[in-house]
Amino acid sequence: MGATLRVYKRRIRSVTATKKITKAMEMIAASRVVKAQRQVAASTPYASELTRAVTAVATGSNTQHPLTTEAERPTRAALLLITSDRGLAGGYSSNVIKAAELLTERLRAEGKEVDAYIVGRKGVSYYAFRERAVQESWTGFTDSPTYADAKAIAAPLIAAVQKDTAEGGVDELHIVFTEFVSMMTQTALDDRLLPLSLGTAAGEQDEPAKGGEILPLFEFEPSAEDVLDALLPRYVESRIYNALLQAAASKHAATRRAMKSATDNAEELIKSLSRLANAARQAEITQEISEIVGGASALADATAGSD
Amino acid sequence: MAELHVELVAADRQVWSGEASLVVARTSSGDIGVMPGHQPLLGVLQSGPVTIRTTGESGDGTVVAAVHGGFISFADNKLSLLAEIAELSDEIDVQRAERALERAKSDADAAAERRADVRLRAVTGVH
Repeated sequence: MGATLRVYKRRIRSVTATKKITKAMEMIAASRVVKAQRQVAASTPYASELTRAVTAVATGSNTQHPLTTEAERPTRAALLLITSDRGLAGGYSSNVIKAAELLTERLRAEGKEVDAYIVGRKGVSYYAFRERAVQESWTGFTDSPTYADAKAIAAPLIAAVQKDTAEGGVDELHIVFTEFVSMMTQTALDDRLLPLSLGTAAGEQDEPAKGGEILPLFEFEPSAEDVLDALLPRYVESRIYNALLQAAASKHAATRRAMKSATDNAEELIKSLSRLANAARQAEITQEISEIVGGASALADATAGSD
Repeated sequence: MAELHVELVAADRQVWSGEASLVVARTSSGDIGVMPGHQPLLGVLQSGPVTIRTTGESGDGTVVAAVHGGFISFADNKLSLLAEIAELSDEIDVQRAERALERAKSDADAAAERRADVRLRAVTGVH
């Protein structure tokens, strides 16, 4: 076998092996997307009931709460960025990091300091490489987050919001994550969790069909303040949990897409390499034939000369 | 007989939903019973057992669940019980809860002891 042909054959073998791996990763990601989507759906009843309850308290009482009132001059904001632990997901992590950068710039332009809280190794290494300060970071669960993870993330954030700004507390809490729109579309999104803007919390109530509905007057047990005190941290936790789940679903969908195009590329590559290998084999045969013919005619000439 | 619609949801799943004639839950200021037509209510739950007396399509019976923290909200004859963790009594593994109780007692972990205790009481029906 000729040297060029052997090189082609070897490259085809290695691309085929890679293709098998990417194909397997595509299948795994596809099955995980379905699972992650199911988790998002399972957490929806809790989230929507909680939103309803928060809206009810916020509109049904005149209670002032540090978590709902806007500071007059906000000077510091917390930013929670949700990325993934692993790569191989196309532009997934860089898109969401880019969205966080834009938000950071916007907040800075409004004169606020930005405290970064980061979920996922990709985001952590992005900040570490640029030597930027990170308040706190969490890694290791982005593929399948649990409610306990969301609680662990929410605790320091809520503590920071409740602290006085002068003592290192924050006035606002923003979250940046990737929203799972569909299998094909995932968009990086930023959202302000706190202070609660009633526009978003009451969004569900503003639907045209319910436009004229008056929220019932609630009786609070033990009191409106206590209910709100207990409700808001849960609300933040559930929003963070929802964001984590959506981010996980988006990550798997992005991986699936990236691995699908990698598999397609490998197929293309195998096709063109086989063409090249075929051409090389043909060239080799042609050369061998011409060598044989050349040799035979030289022999014939030699015998004819000696006769 | 009048009935109210109950949704018992935990953070990561819907635990139970159906029609009921009476729901008894433990708020921070004591047990509260909600029957159809109750005034709109929003309360903070303590960890404790929740008793739902079912009627209608769910059949006459009693559903008991162990609920750890959360809220009760009632409006328009619709009652929602929101809990971070909620388990129906027939889902609870008694032996595991007993082991957890022993462990919590030996570790002097009051919160864990209370959780295990609530679970066991939800199963045995001693409130």
